[in-house]
Amino acid sequence: MIPLTKQKNIEHACPVNYIGGDEPRWLIGSDGGGFNQWLGARNGSARKGRGGSGHARGRAKELAGELGEGVYAVARTMPCETSASLDSVSVRCQPLLSSITIGRLTSQSSNPKRLKPDEENMAKISIAIVFIASFSLLLAFTRSFSTENPTDRRILVLVDDLALKSSHSIFFTSLQARGFELDFKLSDDPKIALQRYGQYLYDGLILFSPTAERFGGSLDVAAVLDFVDSGKDLIVAADASASDLIRNIAAECGVDFDEDPSAVVIDHGSYAVSGTEGDHTLIAADGFIQSGVLLGSTNIEAPVLFKGIGHSLNPSNSLVLNVLSASPTAYSANPKSKLSSPPSLSGSSISLVSVVQARNNARAVFSGSLDLFSNKFFKSPVQKAGSSNKYAKSGNQQFVTELSKWVFHERGHLKAVNVRHHRVGETAEPAIYRINDDLEYLVEIYEWSGSSWEPYVADDVQVQFYMMSPYVLKTMSTDKKGLYHASFKVPDVYGVFQFKVEYQRLGYTSLSLAKQIPVRPFRHNEYERFIPTAFPYYGASFSTMAGFFIFSFVYLYSK
Amino acid sequence: MAVPVDNLTKQPPASSTLRFAFGNVLAFFILLLIGVLAFSIRLFSVIKYESVIHEFDPYFNYRVTQFLTKNGIYDFWNWFDDRTWYPLGRVIGGTVYPGLTLTAGTIWKVLQSLNIPLSVETVCVFTAPVFSAFAAWAAYLLTKEVKGTGAGLTAAVLLAMVPSYISRSVAGSYDNEAVAIFALIFTFYLYVKTLNTGSLFYATLNSISYFYMVCSWGGYTFIINLIPMHVLLCIVTGRYSSRLYIAYAPLVVLGTLLAALVPVVGFNAVMTSEHFASFLVFIVIHVVALAYYIKGILSPKMFKVAATLVVSVGLVVCCAVVAVLVAVVASSPTKGWSGRSLSLLDPTYASKYIPIIASVSEHQPPTWPSYFMDLNVLAFLVPAGIIACFAPLSDASSFVILYLVMSVYFSGVMVRLMLVLAPAACIMSGIALSEAFDVFTRSIKFYISNLSESLQVDAGDSLPGNNVSPQNEVLKNEKKEDTLKERPSRKNKKKEKENIEKPSVKSKTEKRPLVLPVEASFFALFLTVLLGGFYVVHSVWAAAEAYSAPSIVLTSHSHDGLHVFDDFREAYAWLSHNTEVDDKVASWWDYGYQTTAMANRTVIVDNNTWNNTHIATVGTAMSSPEKAAWEIFNSLDVKYVLVVFGGLVGYPSDDINKFLWMVRIGGGVFPHIKEPDYLRDGQYRIDSQATPTMLNSLMYKLSYFRFVETDGGKGYDRVRRTEIGKKHFKLTHFEEVFTTHHWMVRIYKLKPQKNRIRGKTKKSKSKTSSTTHRSGTMKKNPWH
Repeated sequence: MIPLTKQKNIEHACPVNYIGGDEPRWLIGSDGGGFNQWLGARNGSARKGRGGSGHARGRAKELAGELGEGVYAVARTMPCETSASLDSVSVRCQPLLSSITIGRLTSQSSNPKRLKPDEENMAKISIAIVFIASFSLLLAFTRSFSTENPTDRRILVLVDDLALKSSHSIFFTSLQARGFELDFKLSDDPKIALQRYGQYLYDGLILFSPTAERFGGSLDVAAVLDFVDSGKDLIVAADASASDLIRNIAAECGVDFDEDPSAVVIDHGSYAVSGTEGDHTLIAADGFIQSGVLLGSTNIEAPVLFKGIGHSLNPSNSLVLNVLSASPTAYSANPKSKLSSPPSLSGSSISLVSVVQARNNARAVFSGSLDLFSNKFFKSPVQKAGSSNKYAKSGNQQFVTELSKWVFHERGHLKAVNVRHHRVGETAEPAIYRINDDLEYLVEIYEWSGSSWEPYVADDVQVQFYMMSPYVLKTMSTDKKGLYHASFKVPDVYGVFQFKVEYQRLGYTSLSLAKQIPVRPFRHNEYERFIPTAFPYYGASFSTMAGFFIFSFVYLYSK
Repeated sequence: MAVPVDNLTKQPPASSTLRFAFGNVLAFFILLLIGVLAFSIRLFSVIKYESVIHEFDPYFNYRVTQFLTKNGIYDFWNWFDDRTWYPLGRVIGGTVYPGLTLTAGTIWKVLQSLNIPLSVETVCVFTAPVFSAFAAWAAYLLTKEVKGTGAGLTAAVLLAMVPSYISRSVAGSYDNEAVAIFALIFTFYLYVKTLNTGSLFYATLNSISYFYMVCSWGGYTFIINLIPMHVLLCIVTGRYSSRLYIAYAPLVVLGTLLAALVPVVGFNAVMTSEHFASFLVFIVIHVVALAYYIKGILSPKMFKVAATLVVSVGLVVCCAVVAVLVAVVASSPTKGWSGRSLSLLDPTYASKYIPIIASVSEHQPPTWPSYFMDLNVLAFLVPAGIIACFAPLSDASSFVILYLVMSVYFSGVMVRLMLVLAPAACIMSGIALSEAFDVFTRSIKFYISNLSESLQVDAGDSLPGNNVSPQNEVLKNEKKEDTLKERPSRKNKKKEKENIEKPSVKSKTEKRPLVLPVEASFFALFLTVLLGGFYVVHSVWAAAEAYSAPSIVLTSHSHDGLHVFDDFREAYAWLSHNTEVDDKVASWWDYGYQTTAMANRTVIVDNNTWNNTHIATVGTAMSSPEKAAWEIFNSLDVKYVLVVFGGLVGYPSDDINKFLWMVRIGGGVFPHIKEPDYLRDGQYRIDSQATPTMLNSLMYKLSYFRFVETDGGKGYDRVRRTEIGKKHFKLTHFEEVFTTHHWMVRIYKLKPQKNRIRGKTKKSKSKTSSTTHRSGTMKKNPWH
């Protein structure tokens, strides 16, 4: 594994904006130094096509057939898998390369062969244009974690001891098998850096270093929190020796580990039966949250083995969820000493594993047990105390795998596109509605399945027509292909309204759409000119006028 | 010009005709010069500052005019503005007095069609000076109808430079009053003209002029109440005539119909109490007309019988009508009067019940010095003018007196209505000055002619100049007679008591014209000229120094020269360049119009204070602690909050000084805001003695955030002249995004909601790193 930070010279492979034809062309802009800095400062993107040792210095070169060396050679010989999304093609090259996302403005082709350049046209394009175009595309498409492809790709794993790599290898291998690129580092490695030139190098962070008092390099609590606040994901595992650092990170996310450093979760009721009668700190927990989005569609049959510390959540905190809670007989205390006072945490209010979904949809998992993820627990058979069911294999592997799918956005990630509205019978979107107009509101909602966007089907998506309070609240009907639709009448109130979709469901990313639209009153000529009820008045005024005219005529001219 | 046609036709001497023709030409040129004077005295603001729209309301009018010129009149009429009063919006077309906008728009259109490429802004800037020239001419016409040309010219000169009117009509002060004062005077002129002539033509013109006034300004209710009062006065004093009927009845019928056409007035023209007086008098004048008619056809004895019958029946009917009216009026919560009108009748009404009206400084009662500031010597001359109007009292002069009395009352209620008083004071002073000059010059001439006579007697010689003086004297006397005759001669048609009075008056004036000793005359003449000189000096000073500041650009003279504070435009420019088009900016309502016009950003409340609740919401947010304020603003989709702060440079009309009004207005709707919480022992203070509620309010925090950095830890507020109470604090829900050069405008952005919700365990270790990172951003204090 090549540590990322050692990459000094980085090549830039950028699709060029094809002025002449359909085909994207490739350029290498590379000098590693000033160019990189400039690029980093401007685009914040310095992680492109890494892994190569070939340097095409000083000039921009095409990635035509003559370029046999360097990154492109690798790129072409690597086994590639492609994923097509709406307007971008993602090429993921494994295992060494980070992914290269190629933006295609013109076609949705996912055929890697079409990346062949067209040399004739290329010659016509000046280098300057090439650079500008490439930077703009870099900016738009180089991030592998994008709104179009929300699954994480590169994950930094911080461990206290590299032995963990092997002791927890099942978990790590399963991640790698799913396409993640893991970067292992010791937690005190002085070269740890989450970002370079303002751009994050990783999409996810796994902190399997419960004892680390401080991280190496530039990483600290604030950096980890900034990482989360920029939409990246986090797995934190603590154990009985959890340091203040880990506790602080958890507390900042709303997860309060038991403050007593020596306390662990003890359960004399539902401990895992094992050969030796221990102190009942190895718990067989099955208090799962009932959510297919979080824990997969298949039920986890076997209990999960847990050995570590418990934490509590503030019930008013709407962002954290308790996915694995302890049984009512559990409590948190030091097993080696006698209880002198009631334990601060007890019963099913102890959470063993919790998830956090921040407001920006960044996700985090907090586990009180590092062993939960270990090979040993994955494979060990489990029998819950007081239960006759004996399982050959604990639920840990399924639980952890499903949870990692959720936390790395392979599941439960929604997007809403194509929000549009128009009057009934029209298609153009008006800039303003009139009161009592009939209108239609349409939105398409898709869910990310890990590889593609699938239509999201639900019957509880509602749209509001909102001005300080909802004037219209309507459940939208769906065509099961992702399109949601509602039609209603604009209320008889003018003002600046909003179409609002606030969709928050357990485990799903929150959808919050707001689109402002003014509603105007009638124009002066949109009222009825004559209304039937007023005909007596019309008659009265016209007859008065006629009468006055006749009277004047008679009065003036009759002698 | 002064001499009516019927006088000229009475075979006047040839020299007299020539003299009047000469006088007419002279009067014409004097009027022209008055127009130039009125226009040019208002240009100080352009010369001293720049050609820019002033203050608050004019920015709205300017924006509306821009819309009108761009989109045409129908779109203007139907304009629903979604950039103000978010999220309610405002139907501009239906809630604005369109007169000013249409006027300027028309001027702009005409200029464009003549290929004169003036910008809309230029036209708007110069509308007010142009119309003040028109107003001066209208004052001439009105006064001429009352007391003749001399008084008319004097009144026009005075009006051209009366400070009260200048304050509202300098170049750039593009407000409704700019055209409305002209419309007001012109409507009065046409009313008096109709009254004097009994011509239906003028009556119709009067209605149209009234329509223009209704289009222009809400002050039209002054007209529609004053004229009925005058009619009632004439009826009560036995001056009913058919001319009065012609002057009044068409105005009520046509005027009300036309007024109802203005969208902002609409059915108010027949449904609100402000207009009831005119309808009541309309009924009365018909009853009186009927009575006079019956009196004409019946014998006196029969009439007496009929009168008692009618009066007794009429009383019963009147009582019934009054009872119904009272019942109808009493059934409405505000008794059918709008708040502003009620505060006119009861000066304490607004401060008791409607803080939003009372909070506007121009709605406060004026102080005594403001009369001397705004009217200067006119204040002394007015009583003399009233006396002059009583000798002899005519319909026209009684109208002017009534106008003066009413406007004096209203100006005492609301300082803004000083503007209505100013024309009346000018007319009265014009009459007084003209009469005074008349008396003094006549005395001098009388003395000179006496002198020459005695010289002639003594020397028996004829000096070359001698012929002129007696001639002059004769002519003078004749003219005097004419002007005095004028009133009665007009009333010849009405063969009544005035005819009997006339000879006696005439004989009196012929026998003993008012003649003063010559020394006294000379001295008084000198004093009068001196008085006029002082008036001119004061007016020019007021125009140049007091009333020309555009209030968006401020200047200050200090020992090291002139300072210009252009912070407002700096802030608005920042907003327009650095925020999204649809971002909402919250500020106190004073700055709403400017924000929409200059920064083109959506505001929550603005100077059109039509929705008290909405303003109270903003007031509550400003008075609340940070978190509560954030929630209020967030619910209104506000992105930025703008506060005006004068503590650094000593700009007194900043938000801290307006803050108590925010508390009052907010507390009026949301009772959890209590004014005493912000006062320490009834005193409003921001120093260390201030209440915690005050120090934690959003307004305090936004105003004084980082203020202590400006003067090295003291935090001395130059407006309140004290050290601020709470110096070092942080903002948790707002972040400062922009502060102008002199700290006069500060713009804050609402922080987004926390991405994560923190747990209860708080370790101090992690927080130390993020506290001190604003050390290098100290703003330079411009005074050091």
